[in-house]
Amino acid sequence: MIKESPLTNTARTQVYDSARQGFAPLVEFKEIWRYRDLIFFLVRRDVTARYKRSVLGVAWTMLNPLGMMIVLTIVFSQLFHAVQSYPAFLLSGFIAWTFFAQSTQSAIQSLVWGGDFFRRIYVPRSIFALAAAGTGLVNLILSLVPLFIVMLATGITIRWTVLFLPIPMLFLTCFALAVGLLISTAGIYFPDVVEMYQVALLAWFYLTAILFPVEIVPEGYRFFVDYNPAYHLIQLFRQPIYEGMIPSWESILLAAGISIIPLLISFWLFVKKSDEFAYRT
Amino acid sequence: MSLLTAPDQRMQTNHNEVIRLENVTVRYRLPKEQVRTFKEYAIRRIRGRIEHSEFLALNNVSLNVERGEVFGLIGPNGAGKTTLLRLVARVMRPTLGRVVVIGRVAPLLAMGAGFHQELTGRENVFLNGAILGFSRHEMEEKFARIVDFAGLWDFIDAPLRTYSSGMQARLGFAVATDSAPDVLIVDEVLSVGDIAFQEKGLARIQQFRDLGTTILLVSHGMATIRKMCSRAAWLLHGEIRQIGKPEQVAGQYEKHMEVQAA
Repeated sequence: MIKESPLTNTARTQVYDSARQGFAPLVEFKEIWRYRDLIFFLVRRDVTARYKRSVLGVAWTMLNPLGMMIVLTIVFSQLFHAVQSYPAFLLSGFIAWTFFAQSTQSAIQSLVWGGDFFRRIYVPRSIFALAAAGTGLVNLILSLVPLFIVMLATGITIRWTVLFLPIPMLFLTCFALAVGLLISTAGIYFPDVVEMYQVALLAWFYLTAILFPVEIVPEGYRFFVDYNPAYHLIQLFRQPIYEGMIPSWESILLAAGISIIPLLISFWLFVKKSDEFAYRT
Repeated sequence: MSLLTAPDQRMQTNHNEVIRLENVTVRYRLPKEQVRTFKEYAIRRIRGRIEHSEFLALNNVSLNVERGEVFGLIGPNGAGKTTLLRLVARVMRPTLGRVVVIGRVAPLLAMGAGFHQELTGRENVFLNGAILGFSRHEMEEKFARIVDFAGLWDFIDAPLRTYSSGMQARLGFAVATDSAPDVLIVDEVLSVGDIAFQEKGLARIQQFRDLGTTILLVSHGMATIRKMCSRAAWLLHGEIRQIGKPEQVAGQYEKHMEVQAA
């Protein structure tokens, strides 16, 4: 039986007025807060639905990266055996990059191709980017387990400095959101951007010095690495694991700046243009 | 537009009004040729050759719907009915004009939105509820009632892909209509499920109406419009051709369509 009265008491009646928009980023922020439970359900959907049909189920979220790490370690350790405790170096950078690549791609995917959904119901659209980042974070945290297993197996000590990791994770999330929202905004007008991003991501991967130490990048190209925000953010994540030290204040502040400022700008742009999602596609 | 504007320039007129459209125009801009890459766009922009054909889905439409009305929308395909529903559902903003909606809107066009085939019925109920704007806590409270209404207790922990399309529709309908909204948007959906469930759904909508829910109904069936509605509007090419008693509007519309067909 229906208990609630439909005549919502006037004190807290929602009023929607298309003419009274307010400051768009703030309105979006409030809406995200109102729909915060949706983030949880979307993350749960993405984490659990992926391996639902497999026998081992959710265990794959750890087995998958573990298998990948073993392969990478075997292949690349031969190439770069000069680098000390190479597996820790490679894998710490690799899981941070995987987080970045996956969350931006899936944010773009759901925002640019979610057309039908967005024409049927209102939800604050940026919530899909947040959910994509949330899923990425769950995967990143779960991949720390196989990472530590591989480190122990290859005789590398795990230092207490790994407790610092939530800070670089936060900045990486901000940066991934910034890129995801920006590319999605561009993608409303030019779907080609989405395809271009796939290719750009591959180039970006090599310019972030994940597989190899930055020293082997020729001087002439070093410029690209130095001005690559992803490189600095991933360094911040890598240092506590690989070098066993807490990054310097300067690098923490730099990372904060290059992740939070782009996020603010691209969130603002996205929100300004997000009405177009219902008009296009 | 700042946040500091006086909060109460809202609805000074009639406090029974639930939906108001003021001179609403929706203009879709369709590029004449598909310009889908940067390069092409840049070249054409420089040459000043971006041409758009404009399509007016709604043209200067004004409309008021009061609390408790069952308002029918009729008209041929492409007349702007769905666009009008989308404006009320807050899915899109008008190009020009103003849309005001008071209270919680339940759009039945979003029935089953976000359903995922690999998740169980239970998981989908919570996900769908969150999409409709309910908190996890509210959904826990509603859950048993929803499954009761859908009559799906035996399957609730099975993945959705094992459901028939009728069962999925029942679940979607049950989530969307569990609590009475202030405004219910119905877009020809009552053709879901078997006859028994259709009647159950119709009964629920009537119950909402008795509780004071305002209903916006799009239908091609003139019998439904005559039977359910208290007022109806006939849309044609994005404009309101006629508005009034469903009997008259439906009659005129049918006459018009016969002439067209002949």
